Amino acid sequence: MSPGAEQTSAGSEPSLSDYRQREQSITLAPIAEQLEGHGEGATQELLTLNFGPHHPATHGVLRLLVTLQGEIVRDVKPIIGYVHTGIEKTAEDKSYWKVIPVIERMDYLAYYFNAMAFCGAVEALLEVEVPKRAQYLRVIHLELNRITSHLVWLGTSALDLGAISMFWYCFREREKILDLFEMSSGQRMHPRYFQVGGVIEDIPPEFADKLRGFLAEMPSRVDQYGALLNRNEIVLHRLRGTCSLDAETLLSLGVTGPLLRAAGKPWDLRKADPYSSYEDFDFKIPVGTVGDNYDRYACRLAEMYESVKIVSQALEGLPEGPHITPDRKIALPPRHELATSMEALIHHFKLVTEGFRVPPGEVYFPIEGPRGELGCFVRSDGSSKPARVHMRDSSFVNLQATAAMVKGAYIADMIATLAMLDPILGGIDR
Amino acid sequence: MPDATGLELIAHELREAEGEQAVHETVFFRGRGTLEVAPERIRSVLARLRARGYSFMASVHGVDYYPHEPRLGVLYELLDMDTVDRITVKLRVPTSAPEVDSVTPEWPTADHQEREVYDMFGVLFRGHPDLRRILMPEDYEGHPQRRDFPVGGEPVIFTFNEDESHPSGRLPPQGALHGGGPPIAGDRRAGTPGSSA
Amino acid sequence: MEVERQPLGPGGRALGAHVDGERLRVRQLGSRQLLRGGELEGPNPSFHPEGTDFERHVEESVMTTTLDKAVAWARSNSFFPATFGLACCAIEMMSIVAARVDVARFGFEAFRASPRQADLLILSGRVSIKMAPIVRRIYDQMLEPKWAISMGACCSSMGVFNNYALVPADKFMPIDVHVPGCPPRPEALMHGVLKLRKMVQDDPDLGWRERYDAHGTEEVLPEAPATTAAPAAVNGEGGHPYGDTAGA
Repeated sequence: MSPGAEQTSAGSEPSLSDYRQREQSITLAPIAEQLEGHGEGATQELLTLNFGPHHPATHGVLRLLVTLQGEIVRDVKPIIGYVHTGIEKTAEDKSYWKVIPVIERMDYLAYYFNAMAFCGAVEALLEVEVPKRAQYLRVIHLELNRITSHLVWLGTSALDLGAISMFWYCFREREKILDLFEMSSGQRMHPRYFQVGGVIEDIPPEFADKLRGFLAEMPSRVDQYGALLNRNEIVLHRLRGTCSLDAETLLSLGVTGPLLRAAGKPWDLRKADPYSSYEDFDFKIPVGTVGDNYDRYACRLAEMYESVKIVSQALEGLPEGPHITPDRKIALPPRHELATSMEALIHHFKLVTEGFRVPPGEVYFPIEGPRGELGCFVRSDGSSKPARVHMRDSSFVNLQATAAMVKGAYIADMIATLAMLDPILGGIDR
Repeated sequence: MPDATGLELIAHELREAEGEQAVHETVFFRGRGTLEVAPERIRSVLARLRARGYSFMASVHGVDYYPHEPRLGVLYELLDMDTVDRITVKLRVPTSAPEVDSVTPEWPTADHQEREVYDMFGVLFRGHPDLRRILMPEDYEGHPQRRDFPVGGEPVIFTFNEDESHPSGRLPPQGALHGGGPPIAGDRRAGTPGSSA
Repeated sequence: MEVERQPLGPGGRALGAHVDGERLRVRQLGSRQLLRGGELEGPNPSFHPEGTDFERHVEESVMTTTLDKAVAWARSNSFFPATFGLACCAIEMMSIVAARVDVARFGFEAFRASPRQADLLILSGRVSIKMAPIVRRIYDQMLEPKWAISMGACCSSMGVFNNYALVPADKFMPIDVHVPGCPPRPEALMHGVLKLRKMVQDDPDLGWRERYDAHGTEEVLPEAPATTAAPAAVNGEGGHPYGDTAGA
């Protein structure tokens, strides 16, 4: 860590390149004005500190230019783009089903959600109906992925605050869920399980038993996390009453998800605008009152209980049926048909080489990701490759709230707030 | 979602208030409405839609409509949380004059998102507090997500092209490291396999 | 009395001496045979070093001292990885610290945040063009001896995304072990780390240090060109006063 401290003088040093000069916080006035404004006399100065992009506390490669007065944060400027992967541009180059592995790697903790948003958008364009069993399987995997995302968040946030052993407990549960993912699709992360029209494969018979075993013990594990952290004095001191922001400001900044719910607004797309059979399940939306860091923590913890409920309802009510749409122009035929049916062979060939064509149009499909509204915009020009794919990532928009949350707080509160913000740089930078 | 007639009503009201040229066309596709508006009117159109209840801006993103002119489009996704209604507002500008008024003063959420549209497509937003590149390095040239920008990348190395420029894992060309000094004994660029065990 | 001192041994070769990389193995085996009292065989039987030449040759090419072996053993069993997670592979790197694939079994759980205190850089995730100079700078700030593992397909090659925004790690920094996978399972990363451990234990100077005849890398601080002389190339001659990390 080599924080570069720069004096915020009105004239910058001559050896700073244009690039470096532009990085200085643009809301700063020359020192003299600010010293007068704060009435501190000539003993206080403003210090611009560079956090990251390599820094143990930032979640991913997030760079912050923080202007400090003593230990109080006066201004924060996030600089992103350090994991920009050109995912959207790459997606324009591939046929629709090949886009799915690429788009999954965007928000790398919520991989099923990325795939769901994209598949949902393409299914809307194609006007294809997803069979009920596939919808329930999608819900199971989505909610399990929500739990894993919250577990990683909890483990790393507790690590930031100093509660280091939480990391191992959370990853213990995460390993169990990753085992389930591996059982259904063969891969722990980025499994390419959701396809346009349904899911790629039905779950194996042992999946249900293993899942039941996991669901039986998960609520008590979340109780354990609560017992460790909920009334811990240090957690309370650091999270209670720090960096709260009201719902109005959050809405104007475009923030959704647990951050908005912690501030008191009960907005959840799973309830407001249900997709993929979410209306069949009975679950609650945890909502906070004050909107401080502790509420954000409590909301996410409570969401884990709710996700467990949703998964058990989906598992018990799992209907029989196909796991992908029977429309052979979109979904690959099952392999045993290839030996007997000529049509199936031709469909398979066309789908694998060229891919299916999508009628021209533009669609925006939003879903409720673990961090907020995750939307996918797909523009199709009638060919087998998308003409534009844009992911409206929740972390990208939520990051704009950092400055508003953190101004006037201590730098330690800024670290706690970043942890509670749950930014995932893969989604921010795409 | 406003249905097709609802969308037409909205468009009609906007045309009455802003003039005939304000709304170019309305599209109702897959249950969602899109209004294509004139770029000069975007702020007032959004203000009127906000008065109608669409108070949450979910997304601002750009599209390159190559080869159809005007090429660059900016789409604003609006959401009415009370009635769970979504509407899209679209505007298109040509690459020769890609300037649009920034809506950041009224909609602070558009800050980073407009910077991304500028970075990726080159649309200049007048009145934006801090319009600079957000995802690419600041001194990058070009706007990557335009359709005529190449995808780029590395060629896949096979045995027939492995000795070409930057063969990773091999010795660099003679003299590159030593500033033109005597050749290294045992120079292996002739292609004999290395000796490291 | 005139005492002529010359630095010998791995990492302290006399400046300007070029190691014949290709024949190192041959000379190693030949020297071992000589030590055991036999005659030199093989492709170059005319190579008969004598006297101080012989001792110097042996010290240069064969790691015979127990001290060297002990040092290599200690170094290989106490890697301090630098916390350098970039993208999805970082999550699987966190999983090796977790309880199932426990990296603490091997002694590598001390992830250091500061590159000055770390000696293993696990590049986990995709390296974008904006990040590449920063990765290089972090690598340069590490002190010798240091190693780098490129974890995952994105930094080893371009991975899933072969496009304008990424750089494979080999293009700007020397990598010792590449671990394939997208993301590699924690067990796969562990396998890569253990391979590196074996490499360090047996012979720490193979790999890129042989090929480029390098002592280390050097941190080049961005200064105005008028004030300092241009820093030397990778070979480490006349390096920057507090940027030279070679020969620690």
